[in-house]
Amino acid sequence: MSRIIVVTSGKGGVGKTTTSAAFAMGLAMKGYRTAVIDFDVGLRNLDLIMGCERRVVYDFVNVINGEATLNQALIRDKRRDNLSILPASQTRDKESLTQEGVERVLNELSETFEYIVCDSPAGIERGATLAMYFADDAIVVTNPEVSSVRDSDRMLGILASKSRRAEQGVEPIKEYLLLTRYSPERVRLGEMLSVADVQEILSLHLLGVIPESKSVLSASNSGSPVTLDEKSDAGQAYRDVVRRYLGERVPHRFVEEGKKGLFSRLFGG
Amino acid sequence: MPAPDTAPPAFSALEIKSGSVNLLTIKLVDGDLDRVGRQLTEKVQNAPEFFRNAPVVIELSALNTRQTTLDFERLNGVLRTLGLSPVGVRGGHGALNQAAEAAGLAVLAERVETPAREAPKPAVDKAEPPPPTPTGGMSRVIDQPVRSGQRFYAAGGDLIVLAPVSPGAELLADGNIHIYSSLRGRALAGVQGNLGSRIFCLDLQAELIAIGGHYQISENLEESIRGKPVQVFLRDGALIIEDL
Repeated sequence: MSRIIVVTSGKGGVGKTTTSAAFAMGLAMKGYRTAVIDFDVGLRNLDLIMGCERRVVYDFVNVINGEATLNQALIRDKRRDNLSILPASQTRDKESLTQEGVERVLNELSETFEYIVCDSPAGIERGATLAMYFADDAIVVTNPEVSSVRDSDRMLGILASKSRRAEQGVEPIKEYLLLTRYSPERVRLGEMLSVADVQEILSLHLLGVIPESKSVLSASNSGSPVTLDEKSDAGQAYRDVVRRYLGERVPHRFVEEGKKGLFSRLFGG
Repeated sequence: MPAPDTAPPAFSALEIKSGSVNLLTIKLVDGDLDRVGRQLTEKVQNAPEFFRNAPVVIELSALNTRQTTLDFERLNGVLRTLGLSPVGVRGGHGALNQAAEAAGLAVLAERVETPAREAPKPAVDKAEPPPPTPTGGMSRVIDQPVRSGQRFYAAGGDLIVLAPVSPGAELLADGNIHIYSSLRGRALAGVQGNLGSRIFCLDLQAELIAIGGHYQISENLEESIRGKPVQVFLRDGALIIEDL
């Protein structure tokens, strides 16, 4: 039986797609058969971050409408052959997604894959609610600032009430907090909420803290999930996140301001 | 693969639910509708806001032994003139019930009365009309964090929350509200008019607190009570916030 993970936040621009790509790649690097689905119909991005934008023929909506088979639409990652991407349609809107259609695609994917990562669009409308409806686990991506925290809180309320697990009254979705774009220095200056502040408001299990990092932007632009960049702090943080998700005990890093050595100062670590 | 027909319908135009509602009950001790009309008019004039458009149930149990029937059409007229809206009867015997039904009133099922579970009322609001008696409402216990956008209502009873209440969340209760954690959202106690209800919380950072419609917003909360364990109650129509 496969596990369905939704990467969600409510607010836009906090790093859902980056996280979906990095997390899915991390699971694949650990040897799991993994699929990652872009639910952001109309604003397709995941294919860019995954670096497969030139190989998109069919998309999620085509599969839902029966215009293509799942195998025709899935794009196998060139770096990891146990990782596949199901891109969103850029020419439709989110109304093209139906609950029955999404369920059928997820059922079919779960015959092959061990983990299915759903990249949710921003907002709390149809695309976002369908992305989380069938989830077993939720990674709530939050930036250390008040509006992102409130939107995450709202999304957690929806997760608790409007998911299939909630409606069937079975064990609720497991919720994890992922704090992204974190800068200990700015926390010290009082410009940013601290990990403790965010946890106090959201009272949620902390899956990881991803530091603000230039490597994220360059990874996105080059279409290579940041997890592959083992030298970057963000890449290491995502690897830790995957290990923690899989049940390993890994201490949190990048929460405190690191003392920069002469070496990293010279080379901009 | 065909979609399984157990899939819940995505968007339904209606939902049918069972719920308990608090209603004013007028217990008829005497079948003389002239006297009933006079005395009721007096009561309504004392507290017109309380009775305005209020749905009422007519309690017939005291009439069972003396009346065989009652002019419900006329009683309906009396109540409507006073701005009340009669919805049904209860406690009557067969013939009374039939007459009530003929006049378009619902015959409500009997239920076991539970003792009223109101908070003790401060002496000052003696002049106030009696609050509707909770009709066997249960306290409601919430042990998960109450998230922004979520709303919980304890009908006819107390609401007890064992986890933090986020900004943008709303708690409502006909009785008291207890929060054994931080209150950062809204809490409205005594929403059906029970002015004796109170709010208790361990860490007051609320956006809004209200008792029986008397409210105070976050901006007006004094710094000295913020972040503290407090209780909130009503005295002389003013919200009092007191350290616990």
